[in-house]
Amino acid sequence: MELYSDFKRKDDINRLASLIDSEVKKPVNIMEICGGHTHSIMKYGLHKLLKDKINFLHGPGCPVCVMPVRRIDEAIEIADSLDVILTAYGDMMRVPGTNSSLIKERAKGKDVRMVYSPLDIIKIALDKANKDKKIVFFAIGFETTTPMTAALLEEVISRGINNVLFHVNHVLVPPPIKAILDSGDNLIDGFICPGHVSVITGSGIYNDIPDKYGKAAVIAGFEPYDILSGVLLIARQINEGRPAVEIAYKRAVKENGNKKAQVLVDKYFTVRDEFEWRGFGNIPKSGLKLRDEFKDFDAEYVFKDKLKELEIEIGLNEKTVAPTNDKTETCRESFLCKCGEILKGKSKPDDCPLFGKVCNPENPVGACMVSFEGACAAYYKYRNF
Amino acid sequence: MDNKKFEKILLSHGGGGKETSELIGGIIFNGLYGQNGRNDDLFDLYKRRNDSNFAVNIYDQKIKLLEDAAILKSPRKIAFTTDGFTVSPVFFKGGDIGKLSVAGTVNDLSVMGAKPLFLSLGLIIEEGFALDDLSKIIKSISEEAAKIGVRVVTGDTKVVPTGKADGIFINTSGIGEVLYDNLSVYNIEDGDIIIVSGNVGDHGAAVMSQREGIEMDVEIESDCASLWDMINTVLSGGIKVKAIRDATRGGLASVLNEWAMAANIDIYAEEDRIPVSGPVKGFCELLGFEPYQLACEGRAVFAVKPEFVEKTIGILRSHPLGKNADIIGTAVARRKSADGNGERNNSPGKVILKGIYGVYRILDYPSGELLPRIC
Repeated sequence: MELYSDFKRKDDINRLASLIDSEVKKPVNIMEICGGHTHSIMKYGLHKLLKDKINFLHGPGCPVCVMPVRRIDEAIEIADSLDVILTAYGDMMRVPGTNSSLIKERAKGKDVRMVYSPLDIIKIALDKANKDKKIVFFAIGFETTTPMTAALLEEVISRGINNVLFHVNHVLVPPPIKAILDSGDNLIDGFICPGHVSVITGSGIYNDIPDKYGKAAVIAGFEPYDILSGVLLIARQINEGRPAVEIAYKRAVKENGNKKAQVLVDKYFTVRDEFEWRGFGNIPKSGLKLRDEFKDFDAEYVFKDKLKELEIEIGLNEKTVAPTNDKTETCRESFLCKCGEILKGKSKPDDCPLFGKVCNPENPVGACMVSFEGACAAYYKYRNF
Repeated sequence: MDNKKFEKILLSHGGGGKETSELIGGIIFNGLYGQNGRNDDLFDLYKRRNDSNFAVNIYDQKIKLLEDAAILKSPRKIAFTTDGFTVSPVFFKGGDIGKLSVAGTVNDLSVMGAKPLFLSLGLIIEEGFALDDLSKIIKSISEEAAKIGVRVVTGDTKVVPTGKADGIFINTSGIGEVLYDNLSVYNIEDGDIIIVSGNVGDHGAAVMSQREGIEMDVEIESDCASLWDMINTVLSGGIKVKAIRDATRGGLASVLNEWAMAANIDIYAEEDRIPVSGPVKGFCELLGFEPYQLACEGRAVFAVKPEFVEKTIGILRSHPLGKNADIIGTAVARRKSADGNGERNNSPGKVILKGIYGVYRILDYPSGELLPRIC
């Protein structure tokens, strides 16, 4: 219980808020990269508590939000095979693809199952009733969840299970941050870096933020106390003119991260040349795939013919699509939807003409409304009135 | 009936022939009433519960197998309700679908000020469902009914092929005698105080934590309970209650939103006043849920005038089901700003939650399927 309540105490939060208030001379723009942070900020109203001093910009750190339509279409295409059981994390099920979503496919009778942990997949694979089925895991997430997928593959191999395949959509945090900073037209003064990702990777992955771009980078946890501590450290760095990577979440994050998890990921995964991000288009070296020696477990390899057909279909559809803001975008989305701009911190959810009207959690247009961690969902859920 | 003979429910159990009559006569009828249409184990309980002041003596109603309808003596003014129950898993910490199907309908009658008297019991069972589990469910129906003093007087059983139902579905309808008139959500007005009878979210968290795939070992039990006794104690205590509702699916958030909309008022609730147990808070934090949106099955929300608040809380807290009762908010005439000043607002009523740091936000109806978050 202490862990639950100690980092929420009203006195501490008020003290931190007033420290931030006296530290910040002119308003500061802070991007919190992770959707978990966005959610906490909105839930506890931290953006309102600091509204005169801190402008929170919401970053691309929600794995569901950044998943391009194309990858969902692929999952739906794979699920279409009679001998496939497609498994995915809950939040992913509702994200709309071009014509459908996994949850709608499930309603149509496709065998699509929600899993809570990758190890659930072992259970499904070992179930005698499924011995002639291919269990395809739609693996998503940042550096935080990749080790779990690697652990699943290790388990699958060591037990000699031969009916589990992976559709790998794991992505990395630093490349989109670099893409945002390289774009030049951003207003960001500092970043709150994701706590859970850093538990695995350590703090080194953010070194470019201060060294190359001269911006503050502070790793923070997800409780109100953690977030405000992170904001305070950023404010101090800005005042003292010494951008650096700092850890405001020392109870969980070590400088070198979790070596064991890093080795495990490295054993099975390698970096793709590029990966498409919703709102960004293709970002070089931003996603992972299985190493070649594990290609028999790679759904993209096993279903390559089926996915090629999909490519042709999408190619044909593309010609009829309304123009999006981003030329590199290859997927179909409503051209009014501002998810792309929101993920880059250039717009806020309530700037979007669809927000709260056409687009709401019951009927999400863009992915930022689908996921609990998406900025639009957080704005909608905790909206003021 | 020889249970060993059919260990699982077969389609023939629903065929209307011999097996059907064996199933109904054996497991269901005997489970509910005992061999002679009278379950001796439960007889005393019924007797004790039977208050002679009531217009209907529920045990006087003869329950006869093979009749097409139950013939009931009608009380003066009746309340009638129905509810369907599906839950996965069927057996969960703190109850099962049987207990739920009695408590749910009993609670719907209770919150309207009606003493629950009679229930119907409709069972839709999937082929292959374990007979032993069916017996357990019937037993808990029987026990819960006896505890509250309500009788199952009619029923129906259907069996559907494997894959056409999730184990067992139950529908119960209930008839109650209205003892307390004028409970209505439309009574709620500016200044009324909102009280909840206990911790919210327990049922939803208990069921989800046991659901296949999550299986978290948490100390959370469903709050599943029949609320008539608690509600009757409050109402007979001379308190003029405006409205009562049991929080079920959609949890506290749905009750408050329905009230705000129906009565055209805003409801201001304070987050640190809403009782939520530690384990449920932790469970919600981990999976990204809001405890106020998780189902309850044994909690009632009351709207009362300020002068009755102290007495209501006192009575509730002295009842075993109301120990954690607390004031959670106020009904406020619709205005434009959070501090309650400003002009009247014509948009639909809203529920506004004051967070622990004093920041206001909207507490919405839950929407869509509750899906756990990823990171």
